[in-house]
Amino acid sequence: MQKKVNDFSITVGTKNGSGSSTANTTILRAIFKMGIPVSGKNLFPSNIQGLPTWYTIRVNKDGFIARQESSDIVIAINPDSFAKDLASVSAGGAFFYADDIKLDIHRTDIAVYPLPIKSLVRADTSIPSDFRDLVGNMIYVGALAEMIGIDLEKIYAALSFHFKGKQKPIDMNFNMVKAGADYAKNNLEKKDPFYLEPMDATKDLIMTDGNTAAAIGSIFGGMQFAAWYPITPASSLAEAVIDYLPMLRKREDGKKTYAVVQAEDELAALGMAIGAGWAGLRAMTSSSGPGISLMTEFAGLAYYAEVPVVVWDIQRIGPSTGLPTRTSQADLTFVYHIGHGDTNSVILLPGTLDECFEFGWKSFDIAERLQTPVFVLSDLDIGMNQWMSKPFQYPDVPMDRGKVLWEKDLEEIKGNWGRYLDKDGDGIPYRTIPGNKHPASAYFTRGTGHDEYARYTEDSAAYMRNMERLKKKFETAKQFMPKPVLRETKGAQLGIIAFGSTENAILEAQHLLEKENGIKSDFLRLRAIPFTEETTKFIERHDQIMVVEQNRDGQLHKILLMEYPQHAMKFKSVAYHDGLPAAAKWVREGILEKYSANSKKKVEVKKKAKVVKPNSKLRKEAAKKKKSTAKKKK
Amino acid sequence: MAIETTLPMAGAPSNLNRVGLAKNDYRGNPTTLCQGCGHNSISNQIITALYEMDIVPEDVLKFSGIGCSSKSPTYFLNRTFGFNSLHGRMPSIATGALFALPNMRGIAVSGDGDTASIGMGQFKHIMRRNVNLVYIIENNGVYGLTKGQFSATAEKGLQLKKQGENPYMPVDICMEALISNASFVARSFAGNPKQVKELLKAALSHKGIAILDIISPCVTFNDQATAYHSYAWGKEHEQPLHEISYIPPRNEIMLEREMEAGEIREVALHDGSHVILKNLEHGYDPTNKEEALRISNEAAQNNWLLTGLIYVNPEKPTLTETYNLLDTVPLNRLTEADLRPDKAMLEKVNSLMF
Repeated sequence: MQKKVNDFSITVGTKNGSGSSTANTTILRAIFKMGIPVSGKNLFPSNIQGLPTWYTIRVNKDGFIARQESSDIVIAINPDSFAKDLASVSAGGAFFYADDIKLDIHRTDIAVYPLPIKSLVRADTSIPSDFRDLVGNMIYVGALAEMIGIDLEKIYAALSFHFKGKQKPIDMNFNMVKAGADYAKNNLEKKDPFYLEPMDATKDLIMTDGNTAAAIGSIFGGMQFAAWYPITPASSLAEAVIDYLPMLRKREDGKKTYAVVQAEDELAALGMAIGAGWAGLRAMTSSSGPGISLMTEFAGLAYYAEVPVVVWDIQRIGPSTGLPTRTSQADLTFVYHIGHGDTNSVILLPGTLDECFEFGWKSFDIAERLQTPVFVLSDLDIGMNQWMSKPFQYPDVPMDRGKVLWEKDLEEIKGNWGRYLDKDGDGIPYRTIPGNKHPASAYFTRGTGHDEYARYTEDSAAYMRNMERLKKKFETAKQFMPKPVLRETKGAQLGIIAFGSTENAILEAQHLLEKENGIKSDFLRLRAIPFTEETTKFIERHDQIMVVEQNRDGQLHKILLMEYPQHAMKFKSVAYHDGLPAAAKWVREGILEKYSANSKKKVEVKKKAKVVKPNSKLRKEAAKKKKSTAKKKK
Repeated sequence: MAIETTLPMAGAPSNLNRVGLAKNDYRGNPTTLCQGCGHNSISNQIITALYEMDIVPEDVLKFSGIGCSSKSPTYFLNRTFGFNSLHGRMPSIATGALFALPNMRGIAVSGDGDTASIGMGQFKHIMRRNVNLVYIIENNGVYGLTKGQFSATAEKGLQLKKQGENPYMPVDICMEALISNASFVARSFAGNPKQVKELLKAALSHKGIAILDIISPCVTFNDQATAYHSYAWGKEHEQPLHEISYIPPRNEIMLEREMEAGEIREVALHDGSHVILKNLEHGYDPTNKEEALRISNEAAQNNWLLTGLIYVNPEKPTLTETYNLLDTVPLNRLTEADLRPDKAMLEKVNSLMF
């Protein structure tokens, strides 16, 4: 049997609320500490206890760590999903299962490893009976470690980290790991090809989740006020803010320079953040689609009243019940025009953990510079899953507090200013902040009904002047946006535009497209809207551009059509919306389905025609599969 | 607008208060509300109260939601920062803003629709949090700007031109405030400007949320003699708890308890009419929550318009006190040195990650 080293995927099927997430992240972290590129995705239901839940781990020596749709190794602990889990193992794969599940195992094309989890846990009399199920998960960790070669020392390190050095739970869990490993060593015969071998590919990296990165980034941005309302998958962002603030902003006198308020709903959360932003604090809120919907009216008010505030949207599938714990990129068009009337939102689009950190602090600079709400669109995958990341980088520029006039500034200009005057011609006015004691500092903030001096008016001309200035401000915004990330391949003609957490899947799809289909591509990952010059140039120099995203309607595709009507025919939408973290498979198949080989000069068409043949076959297959899955879903 | 204001001149006549400001320094733009609207009278009392209390206009913040009442902050305190926010959402704006300036007092004006209909949720939660805000509800039981619909405080059976008869029991704002643990609950009547002013002064000197429900008749849409929120009804049914006077130097609320139980007193109003006040009980103690609830309930059942300071708890910590905020410098004056942790801290954070 050919050994498969550092290149496979693992799925663990357990019950929600059974404590398996500790076991699964322990596997993930231990592999990471062995220096092997790895990712872990928690595919969980909206439920506290009892429903089936899966955890997928992708190990790949070349760094392709997007979620893989097939599973080489499956660990089945949940009787309810046992049959499905068994069926999901790839041919030639391995199947570990809890041997108290008395169900038929009909497959002969896989290696099967029963694990006597219950009896092994009972054998350790030091474990209190109500802890048995919880630590029992560690049996499969140990057995897997023994069978594929996870270093037990790294498992110990992962447990120490998880239990913050508390010896009792570390020991209790590690003993179970050892029991599982011993059992496997003495009773199981290796019949599968999957092995781990230590590498050196992760030693400069850290591992955490995007919400933690965003929270810490916000604190390094001088965050002073956060208001929020609980919602999956955004709650852990606010909770991380609460967790890290006391350490990071500790003062000798014990006084606080910040406040975090759990509001009564999302309307109040954004309202409080706008109040604080108006009064000069670096203010933020964090939520997800349904909460962002509730914030709509306030977002429009902040746009028109020109109040700086940062709104994190950890996108999920929404509203009400359904798939609230599944990832999505479907808030883009909604947020782009959030609020009633003419609005344009400044949107930041982090795609990695270090960008969650970076946009954490940068979003405040941009919001205060532009005096407008800044939306940061993350998603459940990046927000809640553990990702490898470059360490966080300290902000490379000082804080930008924007155009603010304090007492001495007003003194200098003899109080002669107007809150909404476009003094500098860039559409950004000057503002004063409550608490300013200069008698000319105050103004009364409203929505649309004001003139350049913030006086109430319903005058049409004043309204139109203000609206045109706001439009100019959105133009000015471009120079403050993070530039897109560009990955070019020599000789590529196809362009790909995407944003956010799909990056890994796209990089892998690009690799497969080149290797197996002979299609070379350039990839531009957007990191902000409004679009910048780099994006315009990228669009100009490609005559075929795939817009890849996780939603039904191709929302980024639509925005590109609106913003670049002269290039409309170039854009093709590759949109997919299964609610699971992006996989290279659908990206590749989607691109092949839309790809047109003969879009360039005649000569190239001829040359390419040969390469394209297998292509068209694959495309047909992809189309077929799509049809059949569509049928199944019915 | 601020650029139009002039600073008081040195050596000006004696109509200056102790911070050197004339009453004009407290004024706003001319009102655009209907002639005879109770809200205008309240705006005037806000101007007078602040002037008499020697409060510098830059030391307070104004807030409002949407509605006739919420327009009124334009008509007082031009030298004060203000935020005319969304319908029913003023409390959240005020809550956030006051974190930036923990030592400042907010003055908010809302209406019965803004507070008791669309804004009931935020109204209840701002009381729960004890935000440092004088929260005035200019209560007329009707929507004015949208031309005469019922609000949640309209009494059952009220007839309005286009709406027919109101089938629902009204929301009693003071009762809601009491059960939401507001630390200051008072009611007045716009037709009793002296009491409005004295209660405003008491509210301004209170730390924490001060709910001031002021029955302010709508002269255009809800002023039938029999309606709960009309001048005529208010004048007949007003039941003041006690006279209250405010003593500036010690910021104390003094309660006169000389009125005998059941005493009836006739009071002349500014417009020359009279209102009959009836003292409810001898020695009413506004710090007794149970008693406040009991008399409010009794008043509601008897169709009395109970006015005066119904409840006060001066000991309850304000929201920003609860948060133990820095009190030497306003939070919005802090700079990068105070707000951005240093590089060593980031290294520590990176080392804390797995």
